[in-house]
Amino acid sequence: MTRAGIEAELHADFADFSLRVSLSLPGRGVSALFGPSGSGKTSCLRALAGLLRPRGFVRFADEIWQDDAKKVFVPTHRRAIGVVFQEASLFAHLSVRGNVEYGLRRVPPAQRRIALEQAIELLGIAPLLERRPQTLSGGERQRVAIARALAVSPRLLLMDEPLSALDVGRKEEIIPYLERLPHELDLPIVYVSHAPDEVARLADHLVVLRAGQVLASGPLSEVLVRLDTPIRLGEEAGVVLLGQVAEHDETWALMCVSFPGGRLWIRRENLPLGTTLRLRVLARDVSLARSPHQDASVLNVLPARVEAIGEDEHPADALVRLTVGESALLARITRRSVARLDLHPGQTVWAQIKAVAVLR
Amino acid sequence: MSAGAWAALALSLRLAAVTTLVLFLMGTPLAWWLARTRSRFKGGVAAVVALPLVLPPTVIGFYLLLLMGPHGPVGWLTQRLGWGLLPFSFSGLVVGSVIFSLPFLVQPLQNAFEALGDRPLEAAATLRAGPWDRFFTVAVPLARPGFLTAGVLSFAHTMGEFGVVLMIGGNVPGKTRVASVQLYEFVEAMEYGEAHRLALVLVLFSFAVLVLLNFFGQGKR
Repeated sequence: MTRAGIEAELHADFADFSLRVSLSLPGRGVSALFGPSGSGKTSCLRALAGLLRPRGFVRFADEIWQDDAKKVFVPTHRRAIGVVFQEASLFAHLSVRGNVEYGLRRVPPAQRRIALEQAIELLGIAPLLERRPQTLSGGERQRVAIARALAVSPRLLLMDEPLSALDVGRKEEIIPYLERLPHELDLPIVYVSHAPDEVARLADHLVVLRAGQVLASGPLSEVLVRLDTPIRLGEEAGVVLLGQVAEHDETWALMCVSFPGGRLWIRRENLPLGTTLRLRVLARDVSLARSPHQDASVLNVLPARVEAIGEDEHPADALVRLTVGESALLARITRRSVARLDLHPGQTVWAQIKAVAVLR
Repeated sequence: MSAGAWAALALSLRLAAVTTLVLFLMGTPLAWWLARTRSRFKGGVAAVVALPLVLPPTVIGFYLLLLMGPHGPVGWLTQRLGWGLLPFSFSGLVVGSVIFSLPFLVQPLQNAFEALGDRPLEAAATLRAGPWDRFFTVAVPLARPGFLTAGVLSFAHTMGEFGVVLMIGGNVPGKTRVASVQLYEFVEAMEYGEAHRLALVLVLFSFAVLVLLNFFGQGKR
């Protein structure tokens, strides 16, 4: 069941680029707007927030936030949003508590769905409440900013590169909180980022922007396996699989992660059964065979169906899109191998997965 | 100090207090507009606000006298409204002082508002604060040092004015004879002892104001 999400039609002309975007985002989960700087992703987010007024149309669920044809424009403070900016932008004249309560006090009690205590607990900022923003570390500040945005009980959370001003250590401090949010609060999130690792870890839905236009849009797993305009998160083509810890094998120090369509054995980690994991499988780590090859060292060999064969960057290589049950995989093999194995769409093959990375 | 000197000093303080109050009410919206507008009139308005910095006070006084006099448009209006004529009255002094000290209030405030940037106000908007709410709960508290500087400078500058006061206020004891004019009187009358005492009081006052300003300025950093 999908709830009505966000529909937006945004047109704007800036000095250095023009925005021509039509967005359709689901009403749950994390939608990432991904692209290099200057691609228009922040402009899109600001338009959803009402901080920028391009020409066009914005609808969230059953509310029209902007409709130029009807001269409708709901100002920012009347939109049921929470916004987290790149820099925390805390109010320097208020304590942490004052900051978190600032928005809360402006929301009628009947509309409060997230309790102050819940926001404070979710971001772990209880020990910081009496501090001044100036005395906090970058990571702490951003956690306070997220709690402050949640305390207004938004129906939509907008995050504009919330981690990009932080160093690697601080990012690792915040990401677990971000991973928990969509599950704990059932709150749709629009997440703007140019960092592939953040998108791979957080996004359910991916919109790729280039030079003010949408290059690709859809569920993360579908967008990443497109062969016509290959979308790479980082250097390498690959997919992200969502799975659960299904089994531990003490003898060989392995654990089994089941995902829609199969099971993968990976190195054991001390995680309870049922823990949700994101796994990244790069195309270069998947090879194909016509038979299951019981005599090879590869641990994970899954039956797969060839969906399509496309070109890769190097003329020697081909990218093969596979389905394994309900999931899709990409394999990079040489074109010579495609010919030798006589691969064609619809064929059943064995995918040998040499490496699986747990995203965290 | 003689009773006349004390009365002049009290009048100066009263004038400065009323002027500063009026300036805050009028100048704050103006400073806010100047800090945030992208209007093409911004440059012109900013120049008009800054004009008292470079014009001789007597020029301002002269034009105000004409405007507020019986044949000027402002004078015509005040008479029609039953307020009488403003020149040579305390109200007239206030009008003159407000115009004369306008840049001393508007410029520090404008700088303080500009230094805020858009971000705190945007953040407040995303936290359900409407425009007035944002102004009073975010912009004003964050611009507090600017308000302090603006208030102190306007007050002190009004205390020190002479030319405008003389042109439109004249020299009516207890009504328009402020400290600076009284000092001039003393010198004219060659009462140097009185002049010395009043001048010293004014020097001490100005010094105290600057020390205070410095003290608060340091406290904020």
